[in-house]
Amino acid sequence: MTLTYEYIQQQLREKFGEQVGSFDTPYGMLTFEAPKDINLKVLNFLYDEPTLQFRFLTDLTAVHYPDQPGRELAVVYHLHNLTANVRIRFKVFTDIRTPEVYTATGLFSAANWMERETYDFFGVHFLGHPNLKRILNVDEMDYFPLRKEYPLEDQTRIDKDDAMFGRG
Amino acid sequence: MSRPVSYNLIQKPLESDLSMAELPEGHMGDGFFATSLSKVVGLARKNSIWPLPFATSCCGIEFMATMGSHYDLSRFGSERVGFSPRQCDLLMVMGTIAKKMGPVVKQVYLQMAEPRWVIAVGACASSGGIFDTYSVLQGIDQVIPVDVYVPGCPPRPEAIIDGVMRIQDLVEKESIRRRDSEPYRALLESYGIQ
Repeated sequence: MTLTYEYIQQQLREKFGEQVGSFDTPYGMLTFEAPKDINLKVLNFLYDEPTLQFRFLTDLTAVHYPDQPGRELAVVYHLHNLTANVRIRFKVFTDIRTPEVYTATGLFSAANWMERETYDFFGVHFLGHPNLKRILNVDEMDYFPLRKEYPLEDQTRIDKDDAMFGRG
Repeated sequence: MSRPVSYNLIQKPLESDLSMAELPEGHMGDGFFATSLSKVVGLARKNSIWPLPFATSCCGIEFMATMGSHYDLSRFGSERVGFSPRQCDLLMVMGTIAKKMGPVVKQVYLQMAEPRWVIAVGACASSGGIFDTYSVLQGIDQVIPVDVYVPGCPPRPEAIIDGVMRIQDLVEKESIRRRDSEPYRALLESYGIQ
């Protein structure tokens, strides 16, 4: 039996009812979301269920949506079933004032680095992470550079004339 | 049958068999030559600079061409590239320096003995270049003093050689007391060194 998106959706619905939702297939990949408190339950279910077997975390990152009050930060998990070669995308949304999400390091060792990176760039606090500190940026950095309220350009320079860079 | 191929139709003899550095200003007579110590030291230093390449990206590739036989930096007495900062006179920073790399550049600079010179090769090392972004140092002169900037993205080997020749000029004309002088101390102080 091939693992279809309809089957995955049906399994999730049976287990979590109305808590999982927003099923969609942007760019041909099944995407859904759940409340942030049950993110580990969903990941565990996808991992352990014998017919689902999503045991490889390919990617973990965050997206900042400044226009969605109360759900500004999305934490995105990309999961892969290696035997059936099926990929899905799982999102949890959180308020930017309390960006706290449970860590997935207990389930996937690979989440350790990726959660540190997500903390580094978006400031998502992964509760229970063993070593949540900056990984790529300098330790002294006092903001989260990929949040959209911060400009991408370096702010320490005063001698770069905007007109010379086509921005004036 | 193969024939010898000659690209040079006119044979050019060497100007002289020995290539000599120019004499500094001084007084000369039968069996003696008198000049100032600074000029002699400058002459010696100028023609035996040991560069320390700090190559992080494409400008480093251009430097490899500069060191190669075609452009041949050894014509300027700089063929001995040292890879220990403690032995070198000239720090050549070639390429993008990320902010996380800044302290490393500074440490390498601190490990060099005086007198030391710094050349920033390429747009990134000089000003951050196209990487006007939160993660890139906007010019290495934010962490260490720089003597010569070479523009270009990346600069051609000719430009790097020109930069080295300008360093040679500085080395030649530098007073042997400069490194003890008050302005130099103040310069280092402004970078938080000593």
